[in-house]
Amino acid sequence: MTNPTITGAGTVRAPATGAPAEQRVRHEDRTAWGFLAPFLVLYLLFVIGPTVYAFILSLFNGSLVRPGLGSWAGLGNYAEALSSPDFWSSLWHTIYFTILTTPPLVALAFVLALLADRVAHGRWFFRFAFFVPYVLPSAVMALIWIWIYTPAIGLAESWLGAIGITSPNWLGDPNWAMISIAISTVWWTLGFNFVLYLAGLQDIPRELYEAASIDGAGPWQQIRRITIPMLGRTTTLVAVLQVIASLKIFDQIYIMTSGGPNFSTIPALEYIYDQSFTNMRIGYGSAVSMLLFVVILAVSFVWLGTVRRQERGV
Amino acid sequence: MTAATTDSPALIAPERGAATAAAYDRRNKLFNRVCFGVLIAFALLWLIPILWAIDTALKPNSETTKAPVTWFIDHPTLDSFRSVLAQGDIWKWYLSSFITSAAVAAGAVVTASMAAYALSRLRFRASRWVFPFILAGIMIPPQVLIVPLFREFDTLHLLNTYWAVILPQIPVAIAVFIFKQFFDGLPRELEEAARVDGASAARIYRTIVMPLSRPAVAAVTIFTFIWSWNNLLWPLLVLTNPNLMTIQVGLATVQGSYGIRYADIMASAVLGGLPLVLVFLLFQRNIVEGIAGTGLKG
Repeated sequence: MTNPTITGAGTVRAPATGAPAEQRVRHEDRTAWGFLAPFLVLYLLFVIGPTVYAFILSLFNGSLVRPGLGSWAGLGNYAEALSSPDFWSSLWHTIYFTILTTPPLVALAFVLALLADRVAHGRWFFRFAFFVPYVLPSAVMALIWIWIYTPAIGLAESWLGAIGITSPNWLGDPNWAMISIAISTVWWTLGFNFVLYLAGLQDIPRELYEAASIDGAGPWQQIRRITIPMLGRTTTLVAVLQVIASLKIFDQIYIMTSGGPNFSTIPALEYIYDQSFTNMRIGYGSAVSMLLFVVILAVSFVWLGTVRRQERGV
Repeated sequence: MTAATTDSPALIAPERGAATAAAYDRRNKLFNRVCFGVLIAFALLWLIPILWAIDTALKPNSETTKAPVTWFIDHPTLDSFRSVLAQGDIWKWYLSSFITSAAVAAGAVVTASMAAYALSRLRFRASRWVFPFILAGIMIPPQVLIVPLFREFDTLHLLNTYWAVILPQIPVAIAVFIFKQFFDGLPRELEEAARVDGASAARIYRTIVMPLSRPAVAAVTIFTFIWSWNNLLWPLLVLTNPNLMTIQVGLATVQGSYGIRYADIMASAVLGGLPLVLVFLLFQRNIVEGIAGTGLKG
């Protein structure tokens, strides 16, 4: 009644007779599972299965070098983790890294994309400059930045010296190590967010700007009144992906500081790695994995809620 | 009808006169020029670390440790590149990275597109919960699964094989999502015509849907390839045999052995980064359109 076209389309598609249609549905059933099988088998074996297995392992005192689950621990591993200062400090390092990297990675990517969107020529150059670090392997990025941060003969110290600032001992100072890693990470991954924003910007109808500028709105007003609201969903997405990626920090730290100096940069994943593969305590390592998983899930759900609210608002 | 009664901006503007319009235009131009300047500054800043790595790699090792840091090279040389290439490890790493990443990309494209085709086009019982079940996988970070996965491959006696690197990276939930979004947007007329002609689902998938889906295929191929190439933690765990190490694992484990031969370190970093930079230059368009056009934009 309210929307005749949709009900109309529905009736047109309805099968004319009963028996052959049912046969076809049953036939499609088998075909569909055939199409789904390769993905689902791998998905069950290497994603869902291990998730369940990790939970089971976390309830036992298993060892890496002994087969089997080991003795029953109940929630003992969780209790141990939650009362271990090492666990909390590794979680804090991870969150600290997330706090340091997410705001610049979202805000700077947005501003730079906004600027690039106004440029008529040579956009490929900017895309190249910002995106090329993103495709570098983390080991390459880490080696370059270790060299830049090298005391006395590194580029960072020499540039800061040139403008009269005494350089900190970047990776060697416990107070600066995480900040140094954050700076290099912003350089490394900004391009992905930049491209996401650039795509979002190109989706905004040009007529909106034309109408606004005929109306007398200056560039700053156009950005505030049109661009920022229209990019709301992109920003949500960029921020979620960024927070989740930051919570999984491992590579850069493993190569650049191995968690040092003085254990000041060990992130949650490296703690799991150390406990499971150096101390061989896979039960305990799994429990910590599950705790990190819960944190990441919580972040995802908070943001999913935000997206849903935004969609309802639009 | 409604347009005539509302204050349409187009109708008001001409009354403001050409003078104000020109002023806005000038302001706009100035603004654009400032934007351009800031953007150039940032772009150059962003290129500096890479240029510095190349600059260092072209110096003799002895020059890199001299006190005033300089971009100037007294005796430019390719010696560092030569010694890294001659030493031979990097060729093995390239090969390992290429084999594993290509296999992951091919596996992901085939399995994800097939699953997405079923979800987008075929009616079957349980179709309502299969898609959410796969989407849930997006929220499971593979990094937290290293312990059970390691156990699994240990039990299967597949540690220190390419299988251990490749298999767990194939089921990428987001790839199914990308393909499904793309398939949902394709017009169904062609398929229906083929169906009337008696074509099977497999045939329609192969000869109609997939050829029409090149942008999605390109996006998934390129992204899974890059992600796999750049994966460090998992290959580091399962590949301890130096002959099988990927670029990432190789660079991460041997960096210590270079000592203070900074030019050599930078030469290996430049060589390690080169393949993906080439991939990016070749497929720049696909990468950007992949992010923009397949729903990844949100």
